Amino acid sequence: MSTLAAVRQGRQGYLLSAPALALYVSLLAIPLLLTLVLSFNVFDYSSGINSDAYTLSHYSSLLGDPYFYEIFLRTMWISGLTTLLCVVIGVPEAYILSRMGAPWRSIFLILILTPLLISVVVRAFGWSLLLGADGLVNQTLQAFGGSPMKLLYTPFAVVIALVHVMLPFMIIPVWTSLQKLDPAAEQAAMSLGASHFTVMRQVVLPQIMPGLLSGTLIVFGLAASSFAIPGLLGGRRLKMVATLIYDQYLSELNWPMGAAIAVALLLLNLLIMLSWNRMIEGRYKKSLG
Amino acid sequence: MAFVQLEGLGKRYGEIDAVVATHLSVEKGEFVSLLGPSGCGKTTTLQMIAGFVEVTCGRILLDGRDITHAKPASRGLGVVFQSYALFPHMTVKDNVAFGLRMRKVPAAELQQRVTRVLKLVRLDQHAERYPRELSGGQRQRVALARALVIEPPVLLLDEPLSNLDANLREEMQFEIRRIQREVGITTLMVTHDQSEALSISDRVVVMQAGRITQIDAPYTLYEHPRTEFISGFVGKANLLPGERDSAGVVQVRSGGELTLSLRPEKIDLRERDHGRLQGKIASRFFLGSQWLYGVSTTLGDISVVRRNDGSTPLNEGTAVGLDWDATLLRVLSVDEVSA
Repeated sequence: MSTLAAVRQGRQGYLLSAPALALYVSLLAIPLLLTLVLSFNVFDYSSGINSDAYTLSHYSSLLGDPYFYEIFLRTMWISGLTTLLCVVIGVPEAYILSRMGAPWRSIFLILILTPLLISVVVRAFGWSLLLGADGLVNQTLQAFGGSPMKLLYTPFAVVIALVHVMLPFMIIPVWTSLQKLDPAAEQAAMSLGASHFTVMRQVVLPQIMPGLLSGTLIVFGLAASSFAIPGLLGGRRLKMVATLIYDQYLSELNWPMGAAIAVALLLLNLLIMLSWNRMIEGRYKKSLG
Repeated sequence: MAFVQLEGLGKRYGEIDAVVATHLSVEKGEFVSLLGPSGCGKTTTLQMIAGFVEVTCGRILLDGRDITHAKPASRGLGVVFQSYALFPHMTVKDNVAFGLRMRKVPAAELQQRVTRVLKLVRLDQHAERYPRELSGGQRQRVALARALVIEPPVLLLDEPLSNLDANLREEMQFEIRRIQREVGITTLMVTHDQSEALSISDRVVVMQAGRITQIDAPYTLYEHPRTEFISGFVGKANLLPGERDSAGVVQVRSGGELTLSLRPEKIDLRERDHGRLQGKIASRFFLGSQWLYGVSTTLGDISVVRRNDGSTPLNEGTAVGLDWDATLLRVLSVDEVSA
């Protein structure tokens, strides 16, 4: 019996994983559970949270109010569009990256990672300098005789900033699965009469689906729960779910409502990601193992 | 005119000549091997024919048509890669059908052709499997079927057997030859394994440092290697000094100006003081069907291979006489290119 198997069978295994387990329980499971409980607590603007009384009213108002629908819908389409754009930009970029020679590959890989190295606040203000009413983009437009456009505090600004920071999360997993590809398979397809486009669509793309799947899951999940970028570039009016939760907690001081929205976002995210995962994996699991 | 013709084909990578102006003609239905050590330019030559590597100079003619700058897709050649390069996300059947789909072959005919070629490579039972569920030899045959199903004018094999273990390699050698004969397809194979090249080719092209140094039928190549390099690369050889006597017959003589090659299996072991050369057995290796003796003589160490005919082998230290038929000595020319 191998050492690993012995560890698995004995208590040693639990002992060894205890630190990680403690971390997860104390930092993830307990706060989640507290949030879930909180979302059922009664709230009153004059007396605050009553932690002894329970109600479903937060969930019922969440389900009954078109205001919330609008924000949830917006969050989903902005995250969906961000994910789509990351696929459209990230997959070709990863492919080019995987074909690069020795020095350039690492240089460009680091370049791709740079958005992650810059503080989200600095990055967001950078975008608002560019996109603002008096920003560089509008100045350029005006210099060429165009009229200024409202760019900042629009979904456009939020999506472009999200794509900017999410791209590495798409490129890295796709690039990893591209590394496993046999370049000769593409040559083989070409020798059998396939065009470059057909090689991409029928040989390369199906093989990188696992990477693409993890990329889309990461990007969608992070985008749907993103807070700083919609907060700074979407402004007060263009709310997304995370900014809405923030408002409920800190402006309205209605913590149970905020908790209910948070739970709803978590469930919706889980639902979308699990069905997406099932759909893609179901198609490719058999062939790619 | 030959079916495949390379006219002064060459490839330069920067300052390095990978292949130097190569001329080669391959007849229709012929099985030709490109044999050489790694880095000799044999794979580059094959890749130029397949269209994966840009040609620097010269022309490639296929059945009289100039395909030097044609795209790989339009050449229509069958290529089998060293890594097999199967599509891992497709079943065996879909892998094989890929080329036919690209050619928009009608479904019924496609089905029929795929079934026929899978039968040819004896994989008709595995049509629905995925490549990762197959053994190395089976993958190899899928690659072969995929290349053959499009009925290409020429089949290109790039080190097709190097990823297989020894037993399977021998089996697949004969399998490839059987299929090639059955289909009658003109075949070019790249290999660094001399026994592979000798056993299945009609002709062997020896390449060395980007140049062709000898083109001959396997038997001729083995019996009449032109250079010292070839005599050592194709089979084992003893290199002996020698000279021509007054009658013009080649004889072994120490200090002679010629380099002679003598195959180990062409030497007889005699009792001491008999034969042409005296020596002592310095080493002895048992190879199953043969004994390999190292005999130290005044002309250096000489390898002798004797058939294991059941008689008692000679012990190390035994004094022996070596004898051979003088007509089996081959005169080697000095290497034009040193490897």
